[in-house]
Amino acid sequence: MAAHLKKRVYEEFSRVVQIPHEEAPAKKLRLSKPSKSAALHIDLCKATNSTDALQYLLQFARKPVEVESVEGVIRILLEHYYKETDNSVRLKIASLLGLLSKTNGFSPDCVVDDVINTLGNEKSHQVLAQLLDTLLVVGTQLPESPAVRPRLVEVACKLLSDTYFGVRNKCLQLLGCLGMVDTPLAKDSDGPSSSIGGVRDVQSIISNYFSDQDPRVRTAALKAMLQLHERGLKIHQIIYEQACRLLSDDYEQVRSAAVQIVWVLSQLYPESIVPIPSSNEEIRLVDDAFGKISHMVSDGSWMVRVQAAKTLGSMLQVSPHFLEQTLDKKLMSDLRRKRTAHERAKELFASGEFSSGRKWADDAPKEKLDTNTVNLIASGACGAFVHGLEDEMFEVRIAAVEALCQLARSSPSFAEKCLDFLVDMFNDEIEEVRLQSIHVLREISTHITLREDQLDTVLAVLEDSSRDIREALHELLCYTNVSTKECIQLALLDLLKNLNKYPTDRNSVWKCLKFLGSRHPTLVLPLVPELLSTHPYFDTPEPDMDDPAYIAVLVLVFNAAKSCPTMPALFSDHTFRHYAYLRDSLSHLVPPLRLPGRKQVYSLDSVDPGCGSGSVESAKLFLQQSLNRVSTIQNLETPGAQDLLNFTIRDLQRLGELQTELAGAADFCATYLRCQLLLMKALQEKLWNMAVPLCLKQNVTATAAAQQILEETYKLEFLYSGLESRQVATIHHVRLQAKALQLILTARTRPGLDLLISSCEKFLQEIESFQRMFLTELPHLQDGFVDKLLELMPRLLSCKPVELVKILQSSLRQSGLLQLRLPEQIHRASATIIEPTGESDNPLRFTTGLVVALDIDATLEHVQEPQDKVKVQVLYPDGQSHVIHPKPADFRNPGPNRHRLITQVYLSHTAWTEPSQVEVRLLLAYSSSSSSPSSSIKSGWSDSIDGLPPAEAAVEGTIPFSKPVKVYIMPKPARR
Amino acid sequence: MPEIKVTPLGAGQDVGRSCILVSIGGKNIMLDCGMHMGYNDDRRFPDFSYITQNGRLTDFLDCVIISHFHLDHCGALPYMSEMVGYDGPIYMTHPTKAICPILLEDFRKITVDKKGETNFFTSQMIKDCMKKVIPLNLHQTVQVDDELEIKAYYAGHVLGAAMVHIKVGSESVVYTGDYNMTPDRHLGAAWIDKCRPDILISESTYATTIRDSKRCRERDFLKKVHESIERGGKVLIPVFALGRAQELCILLETFWERMNLKAPIYFSTGLTEKANHYYKLFITWTNQKIRKTFVQRNMFEFKHIKAFDRSYADNPGPMVVFATPGMLHAGQSLQIFKKWAGNEKNMLDVKMQVEYMSFSAHADAKGIMQLIRMAEPRNMLLVHGEAAKMEFLKGKIEQEFSIDCYMPANGETTSVITNPSVPVDMSLNLLKREMALGGPLPDPKKPRAMHGTLIMKENSLKLVSSEQALKELGLNEHQLRFTCRVQLQDPHSDSDTLHRIYTHLKSLLKDYTIQHLPDGTVMVESIVIKVSSSAEDANSKVLLLSWSYQDEDLGSYLSSLLKKGLPT
Repeated sequence: MAAHLKKRVYEEFSRVVQIPHEEAPAKKLRLSKPSKSAALHIDLCKATNSTDALQYLLQFARKPVEVESVEGVIRILLEHYYKETDNSVRLKIASLLGLLSKTNGFSPDCVVDDVINTLGNEKSHQVLAQLLDTLLVVGTQLPESPAVRPRLVEVACKLLSDTYFGVRNKCLQLLGCLGMVDTPLAKDSDGPSSSIGGVRDVQSIISNYFSDQDPRVRTAALKAMLQLHERGLKIHQIIYEQACRLLSDDYEQVRSAAVQIVWVLSQLYPESIVPIPSSNEEIRLVDDAFGKISHMVSDGSWMVRVQAAKTLGSMLQVSPHFLEQTLDKKLMSDLRRKRTAHERAKELFASGEFSSGRKWADDAPKEKLDTNTVNLIASGACGAFVHGLEDEMFEVRIAAVEALCQLARSSPSFAEKCLDFLVDMFNDEIEEVRLQSIHVLREISTHITLREDQLDTVLAVLEDSSRDIREALHELLCYTNVSTKECIQLALLDLLKNLNKYPTDRNSVWKCLKFLGSRHPTLVLPLVPELLSTHPYFDTPEPDMDDPAYIAVLVLVFNAAKSCPTMPALFSDHTFRHYAYLRDSLSHLVPPLRLPGRKQVYSLDSVDPGCGSGSVESAKLFLQQSLNRVSTIQNLETPGAQDLLNFTIRDLQRLGELQTELAGAADFCATYLRCQLLLMKALQEKLWNMAVPLCLKQNVTATAAAQQILEETYKLEFLYSGLESRQVATIHHVRLQAKALQLILTARTRPGLDLLISSCEKFLQEIESFQRMFLTELPHLQDGFVDKLLELMPRLLSCKPVELVKILQSSLRQSGLLQLRLPEQIHRASATIIEPTGESDNPLRFTTGLVVALDIDATLEHVQEPQDKVKVQVLYPDGQSHVIHPKPADFRNPGPNRHRLITQVYLSHTAWTEPSQVEVRLLLAYSSSSSSPSSSIKSGWSDSIDGLPPAEAAVEGTIPFSKPVKVYIMPKPARR
Repeated sequence: MPEIKVTPLGAGQDVGRSCILVSIGGKNIMLDCGMHMGYNDDRRFPDFSYITQNGRLTDFLDCVIISHFHLDHCGALPYMSEMVGYDGPIYMTHPTKAICPILLEDFRKITVDKKGETNFFTSQMIKDCMKKVIPLNLHQTVQVDDELEIKAYYAGHVLGAAMVHIKVGSESVVYTGDYNMTPDRHLGAAWIDKCRPDILISESTYATTIRDSKRCRERDFLKKVHESIERGGKVLIPVFALGRAQELCILLETFWERMNLKAPIYFSTGLTEKANHYYKLFITWTNQKIRKTFVQRNMFEFKHIKAFDRSYADNPGPMVVFATPGMLHAGQSLQIFKKWAGNEKNMLDVKMQVEYMSFSAHADAKGIMQLIRMAEPRNMLLVHGEAAKMEFLKGKIEQEFSIDCYMPANGETTSVITNPSVPVDMSLNLLKREMALGGPLPDPKKPRAMHGTLIMKENSLKLVSSEQALKELGLNEHQLRFTCRVQLQDPHSDSDTLHRIYTHLKSLLKDYTIQHLPDGTVMVESIVIKVSSSAEDANSKVLLLSWSYQDEDLGSYLSSLLKKGLPT
């Protein structure tokens, strides 16, 4: 039997080794070659008229052609091409040539000569264009070939004078893709290049076609120029003037391309000086271009407007003077200058008068304007963004908002200026635009401080019915600076109003107030008595601790108090009690405070973030020390090892709770150690010395332990992000141990030999694949279980299953504990279901057979690609479970490593007599095939993976990673 | 010289009573046919006797085009068509055709029933008039007759407002009607392609104004209404014009939706309600937002806005009421005003911003300039504005675009000389021959001279080669030759002289074929040169030059060259 096993095992390995030398598929391909081209040839010969031939070609084009037969097919096609008189068939052949040239692994340089020859004889313009297209494909396939490139460029130059626009288009494309500005290649070999007149200056050839009569050719010329730029060739500044002229072309696609060219030039030569026509002045090129592109924001075509608005955002070198003009629009009424509403608001604010809006005619026009100074056609950048933000199409408005954002980020003074405009956009009719402008304001909020009247406008949006908008606004308020205590009060009032109107916003509002408080401690200080409604003489009634609004106020005050030591003096007694309560229940919102007389009680917690970085360091040190301590355990038999592990696990868990920065790492280590502990327990001496039938119970615990270890290893591998291949190897190592344990247990309980043989085989395979996967990591696994096994490998392969089990058993028990090295950053994926809260006592009633939609709102942290991985599980009381895959659109990404899932799941069930609870939780799906322990290794051998059994490749499963939430439901029987 | 004549019968240096006569390429067109709100006498309607003293207008007008449904653009239409008499086509867009009769009927009611005027058009006349209307679609080119074609462009302003491009041959005029270059809550912005008309006739209501961004105004308005509602007050919004009412409705409706407000909004029944029905139907004429969302919900099917009933005014709690008329001088708005005036919580929105909004759907000075930039006209003509303001804009236009700008008063004719291009058929052979002579590609920027014969026959023009022209017309070809004698002092013999001439010319004219023929002549191209001695003096030779008409240039050059004598 052993011999049999050995043989099979050898077979397995030999097959793996053989794969690279396998010849079979190649042979097969060679066989198909003549048949394919021959079939085509016969078909084409059979074709009596051009329609038939065209049909054959179309059919032919549907199937892929193998690399080997491409050349043959091309010959046949060309042969037929020469004979064919019908244009459409020739056109199709030409396009097929292009398609075939794209075949992977086929080098198309042999096509070039033929195609160029046919070009000379071709009369039809359409076919010519198609042939050039084929050359374009060939050219892009062989971008660096010194032989092909100049020939193609030459051909393109020659055919540029064709009367058909399509031919000229293709020629320009060719030049754009292949032309060189100054061709060092051609200069070296002097001979061939001298015959080509144009190669020296592809740019001037292309720019000649900027004034072609056909707009499509003009566009192609501009695009070719852009192509040159994209290939890294430097475009000359000479074409700037021409490009600017094309900005006023009749055709939108030309204007659009011209905007791009002007932009490219402005980035290449920002500091060059260009004259202003009709005056003697000169300005920087980037300013001139900025002015011209700004002008395009009021173009007739919205595509051009979008293009222009987008482009403006990336012109960061523009002078501030020009930049600020984009927001300037001189108002007048009956020829008298008027101030904008923005200016009026600012003045009103500056004068200290409270904005009443009741003053009659406060927008009355002021001084009379001199008619000569009024400039109606905005020269330069005047008011570009004012127009862009008011545009009819929301695409343009969004582009303008984004551009504003980019420009404002690089210029604080501009950020200040564009504030009013962004705030105005909060009122846009399209939600996307509103949302975008809120995001933008958040991004530039470091530069700005909101005035009271501006804040007022911002806060008005808090009543928006769209949750996204409100949350974006909360996010914005977290980062906002305000100037006065009235602002704080205003913000608080509006947030409370929001809380009242939309109770589901609770968490978001609290979080917002937390930041607001910690940002403006000095502004909160004078408000404290009012906020907490304390009175110097009278005791005020104690507020209700469950009131979310009261909690909100407390969050604001406590966070302000953190950096304002005088504040606690203003607290009343119950405030301190409430602090203690909140510090426990909402520890993420309430910071630790140094409260008078309470130091002792909170000494444990007063690892306060004032010396935060230090404490993180010490915690790290502690973590490392614990791990070191554990590593002293030589092997699993060491006495006292279990206790040490137990304590260490407990320590680590506590550490994870205290230090959120290290929670991931601590958790990871604890779980790992727990695996070891389980393994240790399962391998306890006395268990194994007993006869099998006597220790049935222990056997059960050991089996359970093995199973649990396996599960835990999957959690370790897939729940944590930031793992390096070394940790993955360690995890796999533990998994291998668990599997060995399982194998031993199988051997002991079920003496069925066939089963045992197959599991032994499987195990050996796994060792093999482990070795392959973690070749580079093997040195780190010294002294481990696998290390031992690999030493014994030759013996293992030849021995009987029973013997194998024995070896496994002894090496399992003797192998030492692998030391875990911590990676830099480890994060545990986690999910919290915010909604449903599970607190409701009202069952969700619905008719059986129909569905009820349950709103789910959850935050996910440190989950990569949640769209593919996160699922919702619903567990019914009868044990039924449904797994629902949320739509990709239901995931939002509010911050780095943070996702938000807002979705609906549909529940349905047969009738119940009374309401009961279903459990809802989130699952993280994993599949071991998608886990790449080290991508380089993976890709290295994945080429030969085809031959391996797929069973090994993928283990799929799910890990629950959120606390389950119970929802009360009640399916009623249908009424008849 | 061909010219386009424009005569405003109304709206020349004035706002109201838009009516402009255009004659272009032999066609007469009336643009708009409005009434003047300010008058109740004959000045109310345009003076149609300018067109003809007595009799119907049908013979004098080829078509009438109405730009939009406001009464100052269409109020005189039934009067003109039914009472003065006009049976030709009247063009307007679909929404205008739908809403216009409602307004006309309302106008008739007020004038006849309330003010008791007689000799006014009747309901039947409005109906008859509407039967003559041919509806237009946007960007649809409509052939009025063989030569005259019109095309409508989107103008914003109100639902169905259009700009029209009128074209006869290569001459064209664009009339804008009223338009708006900034979009609002329910309509988009005006747009026209670069059609380069000979004249752009534009309104100029806001010739001297540059407006602030709409957003501030909207925000202020919403904030005030919102605050008042939150206080539990009632808001009365008197509204003026059809169209503006819809904008405010949309604005409030979306705001209510966004902010989740519950307070009722009421709308006084009547005119606007009827019109609103059509707003629901003509979604394609509205702005991007309404067009895109109407699959889910038609924005004009208001959720929060309900029809007003007199009894609601006494209801407790906050509410918003739109009421007509706008001036608070009579009717519903006055009644409600009286009822609510006692309570300080209530807000009456008669302040600037509403008044402002109701007129603001016109292009401001910048908008007008923007339209000019879009259309690139050769001449500009301003109507529908005050003279003083036009003067300013005119100056600006002339300065910035360097084109002529006119602003005729009512009854004053402006004529613009045009330079229409005349299309000529060219024979393919001739074209190919010329192509072969020139470079590989025709250069569109450079005019090129060519030889050919223009044949005008039965209203068609043809350019053919001269041989073909001769053949077609059955004429014989006549050769025209010039001969010329040149006296030359030369002592040599005839043949020597000839040879010397030959070598001389050969050295000078390198690019020409010069032959010395055995029969005693020298040929330069097709010019023949002969030498004969004069009888008296053997030294003075007479040269005979002869060339055909086509070689005139070369021939005269040669003769002048030979007159200078031969080099010794």
